[in-house]
Amino acid sequence: MNMIQAEKLIFEYEKRDEEGNVVGTSRAIDEVDIDVKEGQFIAVLGHNGSGKSTLAKHINAILVPTEGTVRVDGRDTKKPEELWNVRQSAGMVFQNPDNQIIGTVVEEDVGFGPENLGVPTDEIWQRVEESLKAVGMISYRHHSPNKLSGGQKQRVAIAGVVAMEPKCIVLDEPTAMLDPAGRKEVLRTVQKLREKKNVTVILITHYMEEVIDADKIYVMDHGRVVMEGTPREIFSRVDELKGYRLDVPQVTLLADELRKRGVDIPAGILRKEELVRHLCQLG
Amino acid sequence: MSIRLEHLNYIYSSGTSYEKHALKDINLTILHGEFVGIIGHTGSGKSTLIQHLNGLIRAGSGKLYYNDKNIYEDGYNMKELRNQVGLVFQYPEHQLFEVDVITDVCFGPKNQGLSPEECRERALEALKLVGLKEKYYEVSPFELSGGQKRRAAIAGVLAMRPKVLVLDEPTAGLDPKGRDDILEQIAYLHKQTDMTVILVSHSMEDIARFADRIIVMNHGEVMYNDEPKKVFAHYRELEKVGLAAPQVTYMMHDLRERGFAVDTEATTVEEAADEIMRVLETKR
Amino acid sequence: MIRDITIGQYYPAKSILHRLDPRVKLVSTLLYLISLFLFRSISGYIVATLFLAGIIRASKVPFRHIVKGLKPIIMLLMITVFFNLFLTRDGEVLFHKWIFTITEGGLRTAVYMAIRLIYLIIGSSLMTFTTTPNELTDGIEKLLYPLNRIHVPVHEVAMMMSIALRFIPILLEETDKIMKAQIARGADLESGNMVQRVKSMIPILVPLFVSAFRRANDLAMAMEARCYRGGEGRTKMKPLCYRTRDRIAYMVVIVYVIGVFLIGKYVPLRVWIF
Repeated sequence: MNMIQAEKLIFEYEKRDEEGNVVGTSRAIDEVDIDVKEGQFIAVLGHNGSGKSTLAKHINAILVPTEGTVRVDGRDTKKPEELWNVRQSAGMVFQNPDNQIIGTVVEEDVGFGPENLGVPTDEIWQRVEESLKAVGMISYRHHSPNKLSGGQKQRVAIAGVVAMEPKCIVLDEPTAMLDPAGRKEVLRTVQKLREKKNVTVILITHYMEEVIDADKIYVMDHGRVVMEGTPREIFSRVDELKGYRLDVPQVTLLADELRKRGVDIPAGILRKEELVRHLCQLG
Repeated sequence: MSIRLEHLNYIYSSGTSYEKHALKDINLTILHGEFVGIIGHTGSGKSTLIQHLNGLIRAGSGKLYYNDKNIYEDGYNMKELRNQVGLVFQYPEHQLFEVDVITDVCFGPKNQGLSPEECRERALEALKLVGLKEKYYEVSPFELSGGQKRRAAIAGVLAMRPKVLVLDEPTAGLDPKGRDDILEQIAYLHKQTDMTVILVSHSMEDIARFADRIIVMNHGEVMYNDEPKKVFAHYRELEKVGLAAPQVTYMMHDLRERGFAVDTEATTVEEAADEIMRVLETKR
Repeated sequence: MIRDITIGQYYPAKSILHRLDPRVKLVSTLLYLISLFLFRSISGYIVATLFLAGIIRASKVPFRHIVKGLKPIIMLLMITVFFNLFLTRDGEVLFHKWIFTITEGGLRTAVYMAIRLIYLIIGSSLMTFTTTPNELTDGIEKLLYPLNRIHVPVHEVAMMMSIALRFIPILLEETDKIMKAQIARGADLESGNMVQRVKSMIPILVPLFVSAFRRANDLAMAMEARCYRGGEGRTKMKPLCYRTRDRIAYMVVIVYVIGVFLIGKYVPLRVWIF
């Protein structure tokens, strides 16, 4: 079944002058088609301003298409009566860990979503406990979010979404403001969630290392999808990626450099073990 | 011309339940014209350390010499120190406040007591150094893109013509291209002027490319203080404290373990490619 | 420096006070504050002090932590004492030099006022130390709920308060950071006359407001994404209901208020002028 389906999605916003008069429109998303099956892990790559975050906000109906349609779990995000159902089935984690935690105690924050959904009290407690366990933050349940590290805050934010029992989680650059340790922490959590709950994950990022396990990658530039394929397919086009202001993991770069110098190894190498194996076979 | 730290200690929230020994007996020397990288995970004390360099934080004990003068001595001119040691904080664009970019960049020179003409001259020079296009000079800083804002903010410190430029994670939150652009601009700055550059980062890859020397901080202590290749040779120890050597370092070590006779010193992609090619050619 | 402000911040601990219903704590704090003005004798102060000491004990918040919270009000305290001490003319003159005169009544009022003010702050900060901001707003929301009928947006006000409380420490830290960054650019925040000082705050206030608006915007989006749509149809993770301990707490406080009133009035205890 299709979890998310965008057809000829166009999003335009109005440009205004200093007096607030409309002076024209600007296209942030330009005829994007996207197809996500249930349980898939999808990555959207693109530099800042490529339209990837605007796309993410459409999946959660924070933005609605100017033209075209977005369906989440079969529901048209444009229909006002579906709004809350769409938001419940597609949870969203944002970039800044501080600006999305509402509660002053970890467990109260995780309970915020279920409270809004009108879940009975006993079940809220159950969900909070389960979600905090799923992200490995249960021992911090009584802590203040202010005393947590960036990676821990993001895990709490993920738990807050998980507690709403969505079918799909959209992570909009969840690691952009974290240090390497925090980044790993968040990715491991997402990975674990996928294994345990079979939830569909859409990860929006500009870090290539984070997407090598994805089922499919979309690369965006100027509001359009410019590349689409498996990680191996995408990473075999190193020069093209660089053209879109993205960079490639060092191992892939090294493999590409060696290929250019005439070493006989396949294109699109993703992991260092792979490259080591190929090189050792040569020698 | 140098910065010298002797037995520097600093304790946060001394005497409360949140007490934390942020810096423990730090001994360092940074020479004029060096490009030094400081690396460490969040909470390792690196941000606290650099705030000592321009006197924003006063050490609990120990001495800090700038050009052989102890800055903690009575009557030391802190304002002059801050003119000499420019500090660019993390997310510096969050400090922009003026109506247009150039006025904002003039803020530092104006505080130094320079005339409006001199301020403007310095601001123009600084904006050129950070590579911000002229068409943005009269624009409100809030209308710039993320990367441009950051350049404008760095220019705000450069306009004070510091002798030492300290940057706290200048690439945080930027996309890969923006990150490379800023780093290359900093490397260019270092070449163009005779400034000392101290770059704080948690990206080993970035630091490996530019720094002459790396200082690794861990739990408020200096763990390593050496040239990049020698520091990365400790890649296993680095891993244990939550840091990682550049990916290629691991590559080269793995290759060697599997009997592929490469030298493991490479830290950049180019060096690694050269080294692998050398070995492959000798094999043929 | 700026982040040392502990007043109004929740202090996590496991105590009977932490477990009480926030409504009990709100009403009791109010009653305690009123009780401080019900007597004018040493015996009353002794009872009020004993009661406060007992509550501090029960709260498991370290005394040192509470005292630290008083730091920001030292200025206010000194001004109050100063005015009461020198401007009250009542009874015998104890001290006179140039324009400064201290009378018996002045000294008495000054000391009483200082104690009342300190107790007032400690009393109300004990409430915030032992109640999470969320509980607090839940309590206020429920207590003020009857006002909903006359179209006071009680839920919205409570939500705004809870968000404000969550972001106060974040914004304080941010202020600290911006101040340091501007000082690094040579900003002078300390010298100059009133006008210059106010002007020198601009480089700090503008970035702070920009940041606060950005955060507000982000937060609003995050709340909507988590299906927040006002108070209607919302359930509670921690619904408020009175338990036995809450009823006992109410009784204890009422007994105290009556007790302190009666003892303050009928147990005469005089030491010197007090």
